[in-house]
Amino acid sequence: MTAKKKQKAQPLSDGPEWTFELLEAYQNEIKRVAEYYRLDTYPNQIEIITSEQMLDAYSSVGMPLNYNHWSFGKKFIESEQNYKRGFMGLAYEIVINSDPCISYLMEENTITMQALVIAHACYGHNSFFKNNYLFKTWTDAGSIIDYLLFARNYIEQCEQKYGVEEVEEILDSCHALMNLGVDRYKRPQKISMFEEQKRQTERAEYLQSQVNQLWRTIPQKAAETKIKSSKFPTEPQENLLYFFEKNAPLLAPWQREIVRIVRKVSQYFYPQKQTQVMNEGWASYWHYTILNHLFDEGLVTERFILEFLHSHTAVVYQPEYNHPGFSGINPYAIGFAMFKDIRRICEAPDEEDKLWFPDIAGSNWLDTMHYAMENFKDESFIAQFLSPRLMREFKLFNLQDYEDNKMLEVTAIHNEQGYRNIRQKLASQYNLSFLEPNIQVINVDVNGDRSLTLEYTPHNHIPLSGNLDEMMRHVYRLWGFDVKLVQQQIGGKYIELAHCPVVENTIKDN
Amino acid sequence: MAHFIDRRLNGKNKSAVNRQRFLRRYKSQIKKAVAESISKRSVTDTESSENISIPSRDIKEPIFHQGKGGNRDRILPGNDQFIPGDKIKRPEGGGQGSGDGDASDSGEGQDEFSFSISMEEYLNLLFDDLELPNLQKTEQKQEVEFETVRSGYKSEGIPSSIDIVRSLRGAQGRRIALTASKKKKLKELQKQLAELMLSATPDPRIKAQLEEQIEDLERRIKKVPFIDTFDLRYRNFEKRPKPSSKAVMFCLMDVSGSMDQSTKDIAKRFYILLYQFLSRSYKNTEVVFIRHHTQAKEVDEQEFFYSQETGGTIVSSALYLMDEIVQQRYPANQWNIYAAQASDGDNWADDSPKCSKLLNDKILNYSRYFSYIEITNRSHQTLWQEYQGLTERHDNFAMQNIKQASDIYPIFREFFKKQTSS
Repeated sequence: MTAKKKQKAQPLSDGPEWTFELLEAYQNEIKRVAEYYRLDTYPNQIEIITSEQMLDAYSSVGMPLNYNHWSFGKKFIESEQNYKRGFMGLAYEIVINSDPCISYLMEENTITMQALVIAHACYGHNSFFKNNYLFKTWTDAGSIIDYLLFARNYIEQCEQKYGVEEVEEILDSCHALMNLGVDRYKRPQKISMFEEQKRQTERAEYLQSQVNQLWRTIPQKAAETKIKSSKFPTEPQENLLYFFEKNAPLLAPWQREIVRIVRKVSQYFYPQKQTQVMNEGWASYWHYTILNHLFDEGLVTERFILEFLHSHTAVVYQPEYNHPGFSGINPYAIGFAMFKDIRRICEAPDEEDKLWFPDIAGSNWLDTMHYAMENFKDESFIAQFLSPRLMREFKLFNLQDYEDNKMLEVTAIHNEQGYRNIRQKLASQYNLSFLEPNIQVINVDVNGDRSLTLEYTPHNHIPLSGNLDEMMRHVYRLWGFDVKLVQQQIGGKYIELAHCPVVENTIKDN
Repeated sequence: MAHFIDRRLNGKNKSAVNRQRFLRRYKSQIKKAVAESISKRSVTDTESSENISIPSRDIKEPIFHQGKGGNRDRILPGNDQFIPGDKIKRPEGGGQGSGDGDASDSGEGQDEFSFSISMEEYLNLLFDDLELPNLQKTEQKQEVEFETVRSGYKSEGIPSSIDIVRSLRGAQGRRIALTASKKKKLKELQKQLAELMLSATPDPRIKAQLEEQIEDLERRIKKVPFIDTFDLRYRNFEKRPKPSSKAVMFCLMDVSGSMDQSTKDIAKRFYILLYQFLSRSYKNTEVVFIRHHTQAKEVDEQEFFYSQETGGTIVSSALYLMDEIVQQRYPANQWNIYAAQASDGDNWADDSPKCSKLLNDKILNYSRYFSYIEITNRSHQTLWQEYQGLTERHDNFAMQNIKQASDIYPIFREFFKKQTSS
């Protein structure tokens, strides 16, 4: 629209085979258009890999390097089998939140797919990583590769020093608690690889001395005893791995460092979990816009754009609730639709939009899009920008499933009375603190048997699941003394869900 | 701003370490699966990899997660019929409103985690801690087959094995050695002659003398031959005894009416194990299938395992046939001979002493190992009793009783377990 149409531009070859020269040419054009739309990115490092290498990348959670652990081997075997048997196609790309931003392109892709991936990953995701507030505050793209290298080497050293099994046990326990190893509210500090190494030794010593302080058994002065008798921790702790790293009495310094590594990796991925819809929607919106822009300029052929649209439509397809292929709301579909809708609200608002979005209706669309991308996460993004028109388009409805009711009930549909309800419910579907169990450390019996108490606080009466006894064994391994998991009943009474080591004849209230 | 890197040539086995870790961690489960899988393989299949399934509950990585129940709201797309207040029956079978991803879309149950391991890994697991008995004896005894190998040079031989480079090098050395002092003298004389010619009045007598000496020397230098028979070198070949890497495995089985299919299957599994095990030690392993009732017959694998026969049993017929085949096709000095006999223990009572005599006098003398498995739940009969006498006299004879399929692998291990003292 705003782009000037170049007359008689020589279109780039549409392959279908790609060459490095051709990739370079497409990359340059895409970059030019991306800059035109003010996409601010880290430098791109685009790597061409084979499908086997893609499987490798899959198994180490998409990171170019990672420490060794059997679970990655299992993941590898699993995806290899699924791929070989044809149950699963491989992703066209993997992109890593690092500086420079590393993207993997598969060699099997056609030139059209490569161009799509470059626009999607190298400019879409890349600009999201660089500018979204969650990524800016929680991750440090410049140091992640160095940190992973440090982690890998450190764990390798530990394996040589203490044995593979020893290290594996600690890693198993940490992995089990990985989801409970993130700070949801505190902001992490950024740290470079060099500092990390320098601090690591100091930290090990310091931590050990702190722990000993807490567990000192030699009788102290009366004043100190008084302090100790107060509750520890003073406030419930949500980050279990952090708590163990700092306070577990029996862990050796190297074990604390491993707990820290797992915690750091978990924290690094946390923003990605919180921005799936936005991130994919943003990237999809830009591959769509950039490649169409190139088509308008006459730089790509019709064959190219048709192949592209074919893939694009498949990616942003949303099956209906009763469709056999339905598996929840497709983040690509809703994300893409929402960004497209924001532009529409800005450029051509109708009366409804003006009522619902007085702030952005009629504003500069590009400013608004960037603002939306930079300052929200999935939950708040949906709560803020999901328009009634889109709810109608997707024909959204809310299905209520309450434990005490015999029947499911449709409580809201895409009509005037339902819009706000639907929007609020959909937003909370993306709130991770509602999706992941809320388990916190509430007490440590510092003066007694050193036992640790975890509390599960259910959300909407949803019970805790998973193999609790096995999980508690992992907690026990890290803590070293008795651990128990409790849940508060409606009357205020606590019941014990699990205990490790398992106590015979545990009294359980009903 | 952007640059491309071609990583395709980088190694693709980045996950090999993690994969090995996985295999190591679940070794016991995988071993079990491997032991179970042997019944499905063809006896002589040593190429294909093996699919292994282990229970997926064993390899689950536990996490805390929200369970079923509680109060949930779920937003769904594609409303085609509902208005607020509509009630729907709760779907059966845990179709909870928010059971995201609970249903497996792979079309395959999630109870088993299956994957393939390479043949190498498969056999390593299968034959962990086993070794072939009498292997060392084999190598010493087998110095019958020879291979020709190069071993240095010699000064006599046939023209076709002349080594030209070596010969010419020798010739050149000889020429240098024989002419060096003469050439030195010649140079000196030539120098003297040149000096003489430069002087104002060269003495014609001395000149003639010098010229004569030079001529003489040149003639003698010329006489040193370019190549001499003395220079010739021939490639030397030596015959070296080669331990035989060939093995033949005789599968003897009773197919009389008393052997039902399940008994045959047990025997088959045992043969598979033995074959796999042998082919790990020998480059070249052949299999001879001999089945018998009252008469013995050499057959192919398919017929061996699956064709139905009835009738009585004369075990010695198979042993005679085996001996005959060995004499004709597998001379004991070239082949490592292994035999495995499977039977349900039934035999014509008069025949059993014949069998043990045949083994004692002939077969056990040239066999590396002869194993007899009796697949039966009943009490032992004459054949077993006869054979028992052999175990004391021959350490290359072993026998075991298999009662059920699960005994096969342990018994196989029993046969071949590493002997710490030898």
